[in-house]
Amino acid sequence: MTVFILSFLMLLVGVHGVLTRRNLIKVVISLTIIEFSIFLMLALIGFISGGEAPILDAGISAGRMVDPLPQAMVLTAIVIALATNAMLLTIAIRLYKKYGTFDIRRINELKG
Amino acid sequence: MKGMSLIVKKMAQLMSGLIFVYGAYIATHGHLTPGGGFAGGALIAGAFILMILANGSGYVRLKRQEEGSSAVESAAVLMALLLATIGLAAGTMVFFNNYLPPGIPGRLISGGVIPLYNVFIGIEVAAALMTIFLALVIYKEEISK
Amino acid sequence: MEVMLSVIIGFMIIASITAIYAKDLLSAIIAQGFVGYGLVICFLILRAPDLAIIQIVMETVTLIIMVAVVLDSSREEFDIMPDKTQGVTIAASFLFALVLLIYFNRAISGLDRFGNHTLRMSEAYVTGAAEQTGSANLVAGVLWDFRGYDTLGEATVLFTAAIGVITIIRLVGKK
Repeated sequence: MTVFILSFLMLLVGVHGVLTRRNLIKVVISLTIIEFSIFLMLALIGFISGGEAPILDAGISAGRMVDPLPQAMVLTAIVIALATNAMLLTIAIRLYKKYGTFDIRRINELKG
Repeated sequence: MKGMSLIVKKMAQLMSGLIFVYGAYIATHGHLTPGGGFAGGALIAGAFILMILANGSGYVRLKRQEEGSSAVESAAVLMALLLATIGLAAGTMVFFNNYLPPGIPGRLISGGVIPLYNVFIGIEVAAALMTIFLALVIYKEEISK
Repeated sequence: MEVMLSVIIGFMIIASITAIYAKDLLSAIIAQGFVGYGLVICFLILRAPDLAIIQIVMETVTLIIMVAVVLDSSREEFDIMPDKTQGVTIAASFLFALVLLIYFNRAISGLDRFGNHTLRMSEAYVTGAAEQTGSANLVAGVLWDFRGYDTLGEATVLFTAAIGVITIIRLVGKK
């Protein structure tokens, strides 16, 4: 049970970062940490102690495997995480080009 | 973006081919071993990114490359969609129907349509990551001018 | 098993706090890389080699892009301006934590203990799936046969993100 609580703590660290940091790159890093904690949580849920990796081979019966469904869900989500991160970073560098800063308070002041 | 020293360039030339072959292996054996189209495509994109980082941005004629990778990406998604739509026509009317014979698990040619999907999604992921990276490199060239 | 995982996740939490509070953006990105590579080790311990392979490649590509962006622009996290609304945001984050805690408590009471997961819906994906799909890797079978719609949607999101990057970043319009 401790591992679930620890991964939830990691999610809280990410949420704290998104709400309190004022730098765009820091916000992107915090969002990445939230994503990582959710991947970890899903992989932890599907684990069965003593289970094997879900790949059939001689000598492994189908009863002693970890759950393949959360793994398939996380597999695609990791790729999406990279693509959305790249898109957030491009928005950040376009804002930097226009305003010369990553500070979102200053971008708010300079709008127009 | 300037290239690096001669040693780095030579090592990148030697290694990127091996990384490319490993990515293709991961993508085509996705139904037998860990990996699959997503991981294989990312490895193939990594081989190209390594070459560009080592040789500098003069290595490729950038504009045309970005258009090419974007076109390849679109074509690969279209092919995957087409493969799924054929399932509607073949046999029972189910989207994403596995209409080819499943074969014996463990052989290279098995799993029905799954290896084909893996290959096409590998091409798509590789082209998408290449497009994102090349767009950033082109942006860097344009603002430094 | 659980102790080993707890130690690794604890290190990851420390690294993520470092990433959030570091003054230098480059060291923040390196700390974020520590979190990502720690996740790879967790996946290997949790018997998920597919996830480990893809996470290690994706983390490397993310680090390359992030370092390129930061080296291109500024490395410092300003601190010229004092944050006037600091108290409000910290209070808001604690409020958020409280709300999330309620939902987490509700979710965790419906789960089995760690390591005693019972296969409910996945029972059909595990037993006899290899004969139906012919794929020895059950993750690939779930991905492309039982849950094809999902994967197609994710591929579409990736495509859209690539198009979005091109659209946002282009300085000179096309003729």
